[in-house]
Amino acid sequence: MIEIRDINKSFDENQVLKGISSKFESGVTNLIIGGSGSGKTTLLKCMVGLHQPDSGSVLYDDRDFTPMDFQERIEIRKEIGMLFQGSALFDSLTVEENIMFPLNMFTQQTHAEKLDRVNFCLERVNLEGKNKLFPAELSGGMKKRVGIARAIAMNPKYLFCDEPNSGLDPKTSIVIDELIKEITEEYNTTTIVVTHDMNSVMGIGDYILFLYEGKKFWEGSNKEIAHTDIQELNDFVFASRFMKAAKAKF
Amino acid sequence: MNFTNFGRYLLLLRAVFRKPEKLKIYIREMVKQMNYIGVGSLGLISIISTFIGAVMTLQIAFQLVSDFIPKTIIGSVNRDSTILELSPTISAIVLAGKIGSAISSEIGTMRVTEQIDALEIMGINAPGYLILPKIIAGITMVPLLVIVSMFLSITGGYIGGTLSGAVSPAEYIQGITTDFNPYTIVVALVKAFVFGFVITSVPAYEGFYVKGGAVEVSQASTRAVVVSCITILACDYIVTQLLL
Repeated sequence: MIEIRDINKSFDENQVLKGISSKFESGVTNLIIGGSGSGKTTLLKCMVGLHQPDSGSVLYDDRDFTPMDFQERIEIRKEIGMLFQGSALFDSLTVEENIMFPLNMFTQQTHAEKLDRVNFCLERVNLEGKNKLFPAELSGGMKKRVGIARAIAMNPKYLFCDEPNSGLDPKTSIVIDELIKEITEEYNTTTIVVTHDMNSVMGIGDYILFLYEGKKFWEGSNKEIAHTDIQELNDFVFASRFMKAAKAKF
Repeated sequence: MNFTNFGRYLLLLRAVFRKPEKLKIYIREMVKQMNYIGVGSLGLISIISTFIGAVMTLQIAFQLVSDFIPKTIIGSVNRDSTILELSPTISAIVLAGKIGSAISSEIGTMRVTEQIDALEIMGINAPGYLILPKIIAGITMVPLLVIVSMFLSITGGYIGGTLSGAVSPAEYIQGITTDFNPYTIVVALVKAFVFGFVITSVPAYEGFYVKGGAVEVSQASTRAVVVSCITILACDYIVTQLLL
């Protein structure tokens, strides 16, 4: 479980996060949603330590991550997997080397053991036999799946996904969503997905945190989201005609 | 570089020299960088050094037309200029253009495509993993390249001088062997060591803190070359002042 307490973050005069607190349980898919500039990616970066919050704390199973220095954070970071918006695969490495990278750095496994793990991860994301391809040879959806394979290579307890569906067609988006949900349930990971994709919200949103202008505005599940009367949330979730029509049927 | 940048540069260097997570991987990366910086630059340095040596001989011969000055002076002036200044400094400036821009754009692209964030989230010391192997490759390979450059520049002087008739082979060889002070080699190698550090660390700094996209990466790359060249010249003066 990850808990955030009263997170505040400013860039110069602009306060991006305003006292956000929440709990993200393991084994369920936790979504952070909100419009552009609402602070969701900043919140994610504060949680993984890419940004240092001005105040507040981030607790990984009661271990306070915020005051730790680089060395102390390493132990928690070994338990974190992250899928980036642009996949962030290492261009100069093959698919196999990308997935093997954290294993090379942090384990004492033999090459055969590491290769087994790579093949298992690739199989898990339906990319068997793509070991020797370079990122430039992959489609957007394949890159995301390799990103997931790399994120799960170390058997993470915590999985973060930053806009996993951006730039993908609807069908591939659903494949990625289902993969994230399956992995979350299978390995009981604490999964946090930042998204503004409504298919994801409705499809995999076990717990949803809605941010508006840097503040926590609403939290609940995808089943509850259709029945709220909060104007800002409805304007965001049911912005399209299709979603408005769908809401009418709920 | 203003003071803020200099401070951030020093902080980055502190992070670069943290204990590596796995030495074997760093060594593998270092060998790759040595191959790129050393072997990959050998051709360019060879061509430039040979021509500079040849041109230097012709120009010295042109300026020293006097019955009172023996022609052996041409060889000794060429030798000392090459060893003390031309080989280390010209090589470093050429390498700042070739290697510095490559290092800055490689690391800058990694920054804007979140690859550096990915390393940090994995718990890897990104400055150490990305920059330390390059710095070690720089401080070992640049002195070697400078040694090659010295040899080829003096050889180029011999070829240029004898082909043009500006100096006879015997006079040139007598010139380069007369009153040779081996300490000049030490000065040149100290310069090369310092330049190797500058050529790799300054562009790495410029690339590491890039924000934005393709335009900012290219601007960082240009800035890396300019700042490296100025720093090389400043260090050249300081080392010369200290050692001679």
